[in-house]
Amino acid sequence: MKKYIANFMKYKYLLSELVKKDIKLKYRRSKLGILWTLLEPLLTMIVLSLVFSELRGNADRTFPVYILTGRLLYSYFSNGTKVAARSIRSHSSMMRKVYIPKYMYPLSSILSNFIIFLISLIVLVGVSLVLRIKITLHVLEGIYPLVLLFLLTLGVGLILATLEVFFRDLEYLWGVVLMIIMYCSAIFYPADMLKGNKSIILDLNPLYALIKNFRNAVLYGIGPDYGALAYAGTFSIIALIIGVIAFYKKQDEFILNL
Amino acid sequence: MAEKKTALKVENVGMRFNLSSEKVDSLKEYFIKFVKKELHYHEFWALKDVSFEVKKGEHLGIVGLNGAGKSTLLKVIAGVLKPTEGSVKTVGKIVPLLELGAGFDKQYTGAENIYLYGALLGYTKEFIDKKFKEIVEFSELGEFINVPVKNYSSGMRARLGFSIATVVRPEILILDEVLSVGDAQFKKKSEKKIRSMFEGGVTVLFVSHSLEQVKRLCDKAILLEHGNIIAKGDVEDVAAIYAAKLEKKRNAKRKKEKKIERELETEARKAKEQRK
Repeated sequence: MKKYIANFMKYKYLLSELVKKDIKLKYRRSKLGILWTLLEPLLTMIVLSLVFSELRGNADRTFPVYILTGRLLYSYFSNGTKVAARSIRSHSSMMRKVYIPKYMYPLSSILSNFIIFLISLIVLVGVSLVLRIKITLHVLEGIYPLVLLFLLTLGVGLILATLEVFFRDLEYLWGVVLMIIMYCSAIFYPADMLKGNKSIILDLNPLYALIKNFRNAVLYGIGPDYGALAYAGTFSIIALIIGVIAFYKKQDEFILNL
Repeated sequence: MAEKKTALKVENVGMRFNLSSEKVDSLKEYFIKFVKKELHYHEFWALKDVSFEVKKGEHLGIVGLNGAGKSTLLKVIAGVLKPTEGSVKTVGKIVPLLELGAGFDKQYTGAENIYLYGALLGYTKEFIDKKFKEIVEFSELGEFINVPVKNYSSGMRARLGFSIATVVRPEILILDEVLSVGDAQFKKKSEKKIRSMFEGGVTVLFVSHSLEQVKRLCDKAILLEHGNIIAKGDVEDVAAIYAAKLEKKRNAKRKKEKKIERELETEARKAKEQRK
């Protein structure tokens, strides 16, 4: 264990360089640069709220915030797992020539996405202020779902990164799975729309458990749903353990399969 | 004479590659092949039971024909490949001068790449800050240092890579025929730089096709053939064996060529006679 920590400390600077590179290059050639991080969720929120509140014909003032919270968390999970899945393959030329710990590749791409995600939360603050959402001390409890979301993305990302080396078409399959997850996360429809035994879809979805807790904290101003939080936490930790073990066991074969 | 410390110990190293006749890299293919039991691999040992030791300050030349396993061996020593069996122990900082600039990001400028590549080689930020000017100066890139690397010529890229990689004082230096970087002017400068690194007791591993170069730079050598060490020891002895092998190969090739030529001639003659 000590050995691994020492090795991590040695490559700490490299990790920060890789994260910096990801973020810098993402917006290098765009005129508005990092502003897109804020604009993109704002625009989608407007479109989705227009479409879905018209359809449902209700005039819930806070509905845009409801959509925004769900969408922000989902898109971090979706982007993070997607880049992590590709991370080994996209760094293959580097991997063939220089030795660095291989987990640096998925970890750095998930971290850079997390930082972009945190920046995009500014939009949420802005929209909440404009729509005069009452902010309570419970907002601090929004940190729990965010931390768990990071662990969940990392765990799933490591599993996907490992599998993707051996099965290239996983990328497309995962795209479909992500779509299913999106529809099962109550992002743009109210969660109580699913009644009776259909609501089990939401109960089983760890991502929805996190979204729900995040909404409790920032939108409704009530305490966490500890049951959902515990479920998502357990799920995340198990995914992380599986991810780390699978990655660690298979990492020496990566280079032979690229 | 006091016993010198070991800088590098390679013990029974074997490296196996699975060469599948077709590449199976999709889930569907894998599944079909798995059901049909068609997943065969063709095993190939690029290195087999390779053991040697290099003492601190020694210069070891690694020679062998194409495909003998030289590059694989260097990659195993550099840590890029993990050996299938056996172990490699190294003492001190290794600087591999293999494929310079392999870690560059094309969209990054030269200056940004100094930090990125430096980090890849395990330098700290403070160290790069301190050496930044020296690197830029040595690379002779001038204003181009603020231009994205994708606009560089291959010579410029190699010069920058070389300058970053050689800014440290390593304990073990791995050289893979990189003494030919850039134009003649820079070549001279880089040879001088490498020679200056040789002073101060650095351990050197040097791979080359050129026997003359190996003889000039090294005092010990190993000869690889089909992944096995077939000779090791003093550079002159090993070079002699290698030279003999090369000679033999050349003779065999010449013989074969002559044979083919003779066959062609007889065929041509026959054809001519038929036409008559």
